[in-house]
Amino acid sequence: MTSNDTGQPRVGLFVTCLADLFRPSVGFAAVKLLERAGCIVEVPRAQTCCGQPAYNSGDRNDARDIARQTIQAFDGFDYIVAPSGSCAGMLKKHYPGLFAGNALWESRAKEFAGRVHELVSFLTDVMGVIAVDAGLEATATYHDSCSGLRELGIRDQPRALLSTVEGLVLKEMKDPDVCCGFGGTFCVKYPDISNEIVSQKTANIEASGADLLLAGDLGCLMNMAGKLKREGSKVKVRHVAEVLAGMTDEPAIAEGSD
Amino acid sequence: MQITSPNFKENAREALSDAALQKALGNVRTGFIDKRRKAIDALPEFDDLRDSARDIKNHTLAHLDLYLEAYEKKVLEAGGHVHWAETAADARAIILDICRQYGARTVTKGKSMITEEIDLNECLEEAGIKPVETDLGEYIIQLRGEHPSHIIAPAVHLNKEQVEADFRRVHTHLPVNRDLSEPSALLGEARRVLRAAYFDADVGITGANFLVAETGTSVIVTNEGNGDLTQILPKVHIVVASIEKITPTLEDVSQILRVLARSATGQDMSVYTTFSTGPRRAEDPDGPEAYHVVLLDNGRSSMLGTEFQDMLRCIRCGACMNHCPVYHAVGGHAYGWVYPGPMGAVLTPALIGVDKAGHLPNASTFCGRCESVCPMRIPLPKMMRHWREREFQRGLNPATTRYGLRMWALLAKRPRLYRMAAASGAAVLSMLGGRKRRLSSVPLAGGWTRWRDLPAPQGRTFMQQWADRGRNKAAHR
Repeated sequence: MTSNDTGQPRVGLFVTCLADLFRPSVGFAAVKLLERAGCIVEVPRAQTCCGQPAYNSGDRNDARDIARQTIQAFDGFDYIVAPSGSCAGMLKKHYPGLFAGNALWESRAKEFAGRVHELVSFLTDVMGVIAVDAGLEATATYHDSCSGLRELGIRDQPRALLSTVEGLVLKEMKDPDVCCGFGGTFCVKYPDISNEIVSQKTANIEASGADLLLAGDLGCLMNMAGKLKREGSKVKVRHVAEVLAGMTDEPAIAEGSD
Repeated sequence: MQITSPNFKENAREALSDAALQKALGNVRTGFIDKRRKAIDALPEFDDLRDSARDIKNHTLAHLDLYLEAYEKKVLEAGGHVHWAETAADARAIILDICRQYGARTVTKGKSMITEEIDLNECLEEAGIKPVETDLGEYIIQLRGEHPSHIIAPAVHLNKEQVEADFRRVHTHLPVNRDLSEPSALLGEARRVLRAAYFDADVGITGANFLVAETGTSVIVTNEGNGDLTQILPKVHIVVASIEKITPTLEDVSQILRVLARSATGQDMSVYTTFSTGPRRAEDPDGPEAYHVVLLDNGRSSMLGTEFQDMLRCIRCGACMNHCPVYHAVGGHAYGWVYPGPMGAVLTPALIGVDKAGHLPNASTFCGRCESVCPMRIPLPKMMRHWREREFQRGLNPATTRYGLRMWALLAKRPRLYRMAAASGAAVLSMLGGRKRRLSSVPLAGGWTRWRDLPAPQGRTFMQQWADRGRNKAAHR
C-alpha cells in the first residue's frame, strides 16, 4: 500500500452511522484533525454502518455482507480511521472472525483490519501527534468507552491530547472505565437495567465537578447526554474530537442554541 | 430449583425496585473489585499465570476422558468409590442411595453450587433427611428458604439487619436480649449452632474446586473451615463434582490456585485449602470411614467440541459477576437459576436450554470487563454472542426484533438507499427536536425515551454535507 506522490498517507474516513445521522460535526472534526496531522482524507460513499446491530443480534449473514461491503469500499486506502472505538473495534477485531473458513475473505479482512484505527489513537500512535491547536475554557471529565478501552487499549491517548487544549482542565470521575449502560441494542432491549447503569454513571459525572463530559463514542455520549438532560443536569456533552479540533461552536449534544 | 430465567425482565424490574437489595449490591460494586486490584498489583506475573492456567485447562479438556479415568483409578486405589452421573436425577439417586445405605438422618454440607444445580436439599428433605448448610452465607439463605445469589458469596444480596432478624426468628432457644448488631456476633452465633450439627451428621457432602487425576484427590477452598469439619467428622464423605473439575497434577492445581483466590476475594490464598484422598487410613488420626465421589455431567460433555468448550475452563471465582454492570444492577437472583452474571449467561443456556435462558446472553452490554478479569481468559462476550447466533438461527428472538433487523439490514446493504433513508430520518428527527434539540418521546423508541431524552440530529447528514463540500470544491477549481 503506497501513499500518494506527496508522501502524505491517504486516509479513508469511516464516518460511523451515528455521526452521519446525529452529529456530522464529529465527522468534520475528524477530517480537520486528520488533515492537520498531514493526511489526505476521503470519504467513500459506499459505507453505511459497521454491522454491529446485526452481528450482536446473532445475525452473522447480514453482518458478513456488510463487512464485505465495507472492506471493498475502503480498498486502496493506507488507513481506515473511525471516530469511534466501538466501530473501529468491530472493523479491526471482529471482521476477520466473520470469514473464518473462507480463506480469501479471511485474509482480505485481516489485511483490512491491519489498516483500521480509532481516530484519537491513530493521531497519537501512528501520526505522532503530541499536541493540538485548540482552546476551550472548561473543566472536562473523560469517560472511557468500553470497546475502545478493552478492545483497542485506548485510555492515555485522549487524555494526553486533551491536556494540550488551552484552558481545559481534566478532572477524573469515579470509575471512568465502567460501562455507561448503552450497549447498542441493549439499551432498548433492557431499558430498566440500562437506566440503572447510566444513572450510576451520571451520578459519578456530576460528583466529578466537571462541566463538560467527553468520550470517543457517540453511542455512549448520546446515552449519557440523554440521561443528564432528562435529569436536568447542566453538564455539557461532546465528542472528544470536537474539542481536539477546536470545533465547539456547534451546540453540545442535546443542547439548544439559546 | 424453579427456573425463572424466562422471566428475566420481570425479575430484573423487581430487583431494581428492591431497596434492601440495591443497598446490599453496593458492596459488590466496590469491595470485591478493590481487593482483587490490590492483590493483582502485588503479583507482576499474574497475567502469565492466567495464560498458564488457561493452557492447563485447555490441555485437560482435550484429554478429558483420559484424565477422568486416571482419576477414577486413583480414587479406587485409595479405597474410595466413584459414581458416574449423567443427569441431575442420576446424581440425586446415587446420593440418596448412599445416604440410605448408611442410615443417614442428618447431612452437613460444605458450600457447593453443584448441589444447587441438582436440587439436592429438596431431594434429601423429601426423603426425610435433614441437610444442614455449614457455610455461613449458605446457612443464612437456607434459613430464609432462598438460593445463592452469587457463586462464592451466596448471601451477598442481604444486609446484616436482615440476617439478624432471621437469626432471632430461628434461634429461639437463645436469649432474646442478646446483642447481634456486629457481624462478628452473627458469625459467632452461627458457629455455635452449627458446631452441634457437625457431630450429629451421618454424612458430609462437599463440592470440589479441583479433582486431581494424578492422586485421586478432591480439593476445596474455603475461608471458614466448615468444609474440613463437614468432610472429616461424619462417617461418610460424599464429594459431588462436575466432570470439568478434573486437573492433571498437584503441580497444575497449585498453579491455578494462585489465580483463584486473588480473582475471587483478593486473597493470596483462601484461609483453608483442603486436600482429601480416600477414606481414613489405619494410621490417620481422623477422617471418614467411607469416601464417595459423584461425577456429574449434566450437559457439560455436550459443550465439548463446540464454540462453548472454553466455558468449561471456569473455576468459579466470581470475578466476572463482581465486575459486571448488569449484575451490579440486578443481583444474582434475577438470572433465574443457579449461575448468575456473565459466567451464568454462557453456562445456563448450555445446561437448561437457550429457549429458557435466552435472555441471559442478551442482557449484556458487551462491555468486556468480565473477560478482562477472568483468570482463565474465557471469552465470555464472544460466547454470549454465539448464543445469540443460535437464538437467531432458531428464530427465538421476538418477531418485532427480527422484522426491525431485517429492515435495517436491507438498508445497510444498499448504500444509496441508506443515504436517502438517513437523510430523511435526520431531517424528521431534527425538526421534532425543536429548539431544545432533544426529544422526550419517540414512537417505537420507548425503550430509550422512557428513561432519557434522545438528542436530536444536527440537521443534514454528514454524507449530504460532504457531497456539498465536494461540489463546492469542484466549482472553485
